[in-house]
Amino acid sequence: MSKSNFTRRGVLKTGAVAGAGLALPTIFTAQSGHAFTNDPTGGTVTLGFNVPQTGAYADEGADELRAYKLAVEHLNGEGDGGMLNTFTSKELQGNGILGKKVEYVTGDTQTKSDAARASAKSMIEKDGAVMITGGSSSGVAIAVQGLCQEAGVIFMAGLTHSNDTTGKDRKANGFRHFFNGYMSGAALAPVLKNIYGDDRKAYHLTADYTWGWTQQESIAAATEALGWETVNNVLTPLASTDFSSYIAPVLNSGADVLVLNHYGGNMVNSLTNAVQFGLREKVVNGKDFEIVVPLYSRLMAKGAGANVKGIHGSTNWHWSLQDEGSKAFVKSFGTKYGFPPSQAAHTCYVQTLLYADAVTRAGSFAPCAVVEALEGFEFDGLGNGKTLYRAEDHQCFKDVLVVRGKENPTSEFDLLEVVEVTPAAQVTYAPDHAMFGGADASLGECNNGA
Amino acid sequence: MDGLILQILNGLDKGSAYALIALGLTLIFGTLGVVNFAHGALFMIGAFCAVTISKILNISYEVIDPNQTDFLGNPLKVKTPYVESWFGPEMGASIIDWSVPLAILLTIPVMMLIGLIMERGLIKHFYNREHADQILVTFGLAIVLQEIIKYYFGANPIQTPPPEALQGVANVGAAIGMDLPYPIWRIVYFCFSLGIIGAVFAFLQFTTFGMVVRAGMADRETVGLLGINIDRRFTIMFAIAAAVAGLAGVMYAPINPPNYHMGMDFLVLSFVVVVVGGMGSLPGAVLAGFMLGILESFASTTWATTTLPGINQIIIYLVAIIVLLTRPRGLMGRKGVMEE
Repeated sequence: MSKSNFTRRGVLKTGAVAGAGLALPTIFTAQSGHAFTNDPTGGTVTLGFNVPQTGAYADEGADELRAYKLAVEHLNGEGDGGMLNTFTSKELQGNGILGKKVEYVTGDTQTKSDAARASAKSMIEKDGAVMITGGSSSGVAIAVQGLCQEAGVIFMAGLTHSNDTTGKDRKANGFRHFFNGYMSGAALAPVLKNIYGDDRKAYHLTADYTWGWTQQESIAAATEALGWETVNNVLTPLASTDFSSYIAPVLNSGADVLVLNHYGGNMVNSLTNAVQFGLREKVVNGKDFEIVVPLYSRLMAKGAGANVKGIHGSTNWHWSLQDEGSKAFVKSFGTKYGFPPSQAAHTCYVQTLLYADAVTRAGSFAPCAVVEALEGFEFDGLGNGKTLYRAEDHQCFKDVLVVRGKENPTSEFDLLEVVEVTPAAQVTYAPDHAMFGGADASLGECNNGA
Repeated sequence: MDGLILQILNGLDKGSAYALIALGLTLIFGTLGVVNFAHGALFMIGAFCAVTISKILNISYEVIDPNQTDFLGNPLKVKTPYVESWFGPEMGASIIDWSVPLAILLTIPVMMLIGLIMERGLIKHFYNREHADQILVTFGLAIVLQEIIKYYFGANPIQTPPPEALQGVANVGAAIGMDLPYPIWRIVYFCFSLGIIGAVFAFLQFTTFGMVVRAGMADRETVGLLGINIDRRFTIMFAIAAAVAGLAGVMYAPINPPNYHMGMDFLVLSFVVVVVGGMGSLPGAVLAGFMLGILESFASTTWATTTLPGINQIIIYLVAIIVLLTRPRGLMGRKGVMEE
């Protein structure tokens, strides 16, 4: 005799639970009546600003957020318009994006990949953000870029310098305006050769994560191509605070250049330790010992204080640039906040304008339409000269600044001076370059999400 | 050989900070029985005392210089510290230059006051609670303190250089015919730490107050029955432990620029130091502090990281496991401490 376990109530319960479960992950499934994820139907459109509001990069995140708020003001027709006045594309009229008033929500990445993904997911799922942007770490950028690709929204990266972001981890829905490790090496190496000569032995200290690895690889390749020898590369844990144990071996290594592939607090501490140990006063192989910091930011330079004087590095943008776009942005930002913007603020502001402009030119918020509008887009007037958003990898190609810590700063902001503006052509590489994933690297298909 | 000695010096330097923090932790645990996870935050506040004094001494008045412009093209406001106008440019600049040593004068009373407020206002309510509760409340307090510091000082490290006379390197190997350049301020820090450690031990060993405290640590109840207010003395010891952490922090500020998170960076390692040294053992804390500092330093050498990748990140915990397996009470732990 058989006995059935099915009851009417049981089947109804199971069906209801299964139905609810299937309906829950809405960001990965169709929204009825919409062609893409978070299609803005009312009079507003929501952008998601995902920046580090806590953690070691909170100051950088705060500056990014200031820039985003300024961009939103300008897009909505408030303030002096900033770089909208100098941008070569004249599609944006200060009436929002496609006539919709721009609103925003913010998330805290905490400079942790999982936290950044969670906040991005929340902004997409709960707040209806149609685009996610921001961040101060390559690990975070790559993680959030992957999430946005799956969710079917556009990701406009903030400060991320790893080759991988638009290299082996490139995604169709992701775009980077900021420069990368390869570009730093290509811009910096010739300047270093001119100043320090071609017979140098370099010792690298490298932050042990994606950004550090790719930057070290790029700088070593660029300097070796010009005759330098890399005598050692030591990986330092990201959580390191005291670098004295790593600096001491440099003294007896035979190296006459120390390359610090560190950023943020790591860079401030490693440079401070290197100066403490008297490296800058040393003479090795008959030459003055030199220190190089390939990726500089003004906020970091402030933390390192007088230790940055005379030390070379590269940067994406600097407030002292005298082109019309930079001047307009510095004026807007400085008038509103009382100090000049950082390079992180600049790239975030520009990314917001570029997204808004692409939507306007495409006539749609649909991610694939935006991708099409941004791919191969050439523009000027945003502070970096003529710039191309390359279609093959969604990387911006523009001039790169080689900078040096200023010997006699006139104010607390006047810490770096531009030594050379390296033309875009000199830092351009093939989309299938070995450092960027080679021939296997692919953007994949753009995802509208719905 | 030169590299070996330099790593020992580095280890002694790191060990100085570990030993001072662990000493304070052990004092608090030994007297009040509290596992104070906010102790790293006290170290961090000490470092920010140096930042605060530096900022106070740099408070300036502004004079508009029509010949220079700021970043917006407006006439530049040139800042001149009041100290320089009061004492003359040279004397004023010297006072600012010596801001870190001067900060010690502020740190001692400030840290003792913070210690008293912490103990009387919060921690005393957790004496009879589980250690887990004490850890949670003190850890929470540490987060609150570091967020307050971040709110006022920002998240970026703040450069706090030593006096110019104590910058640069000294050849510590000159006497034995070796070239061993080592930062002068790190030598100062090591000597300062030895001085503080010696002073704490002398205070406990040679004063009546210290004798009562030691007696209280051994048998609190009996000391209480003798009519001595041991609680008040233990409260003062908490304040002294806070001051020791603060002093460790204020002198550490020129070594690595202070940031709001620096306390947490030291906290976990300092707890390992306390456990390896033996819970409640002051000499154990000091010994383990220097020992683990040197080991960590050696584990960070190129040779060690090439031979055993990642050894620099696990060496302290590896040693802790070995010590606890062979000597469950730590190097100098006593029977009955943290045991049922």
